[in-house]
Amino acid sequence: MVKLLKKIKAHIRLIVQVGFTAITNSYINGYVEGNIFKGPSKAVCVPGLNCYSCPGALGSCPIGSLQAVLGSRNYKFAFYVLGFLMIVGALCGRLVCGWLCPFGLIQDLLYKIPFIKKLKKLPGDKVLKWLKYVILVVFVLLLPMFAVDIIGQGKPWFCEYICPSGTLSAGVPLVLLNENIRSIIGWLYAWKLLILGIIILLSILVYRPFCRYLCPLGGIYGLFNPISLYRYKVDAAKCTKCGKCQKVCNMDIKVYETPNSIECIRCGACKKACPHKAIQNNSVYKKCSGCEKDDR
Amino acid sequence: MTEKRKNIFATGILCVGVVFVIIGVYRNEVHIVLQKAINICLECIGIG
Repeated sequence: MVKLLKKIKAHIRLIVQVGFTAITNSYINGYVEGNIFKGPSKAVCVPGLNCYSCPGALGSCPIGSLQAVLGSRNYKFAFYVLGFLMIVGALCGRLVCGWLCPFGLIQDLLYKIPFIKKLKKLPGDKVLKWLKYVILVVFVLLLPMFAVDIIGQGKPWFCEYICPSGTLSAGVPLVLLNENIRSIIGWLYAWKLLILGIIILLSILVYRPFCRYLCPLGGIYGLFNPISLYRYKVDAAKCTKCGKCQKVCNMDIKVYETPNSIECIRCGACKKACPHKAIQNNSVYKKCSGCEKDDR
Repeated sequence: MTEKRKNIFATGILCVGVVFVIIGVYRNEVHIVLQKAINICLECIGIG
């Protein structure tokens, strides 16, 4: 029993990721019939990047929903979705990326595939990591709002031209299962398959390339990391700056300097690896006597 | 920023978020989300 509990504890993140993905994508009929769930729970957003056109999805993707509201004729501000993102962000920031996002899980699993040489980051990482904010502003906010048709409706530009999560979880299964959809695919589908293919290959080589460089949802949650109620703190009295935390961090963050980096997905590897137990989360911070009070 | 201020700031954002959600529900934005989500999104799956 103790052994089992230890095993569960060692794989708790994977268990939560698989469990949450399974629960929020549990409409089995969708996979059988090549259709999607049409129940009222679809009005509620899920925290991760989970396409609402996935045959099993019970909830809505916040990025898709944001574009849908901003692109509609009647609304030019999305109170509902932005409010949801603010609640999730203020509570836990990018913890969602590390623990609850289905596409994050897929990238985690792909990275487990052995390869000759794994890269810590892509060349040009310092510039590339800002690309997700360009995508957020241009494809998620501005284009759906201002590139409208004659009746004033915008398109979900990010979903249409970039999102590999939608291609994988919705496009591929629906094209395979639904003959009507299969008959109308064209160059756009090929383009999206190409993006998905590149992301899959890169995910084997480098840890979570989509989350690092392209995901607008991760970009939004990342902005909350420094102040969210769940955050990390380094106990300066215990930290020797040995660098073990950065060594185990797949996102290559200097945790001892910036424990609440906007890139941190809160996987917890640094906390586990720290030989001095200097990295703690905010809930236990009150007991941490040596924690610095600066803005890190 | 001290830890206490960070907590106050996060709680403030949380409260604004709740107010935003209520305004969104009141403005019937939920209907737009639901309508988009219960129909197969051709753009999302790469049909356009």
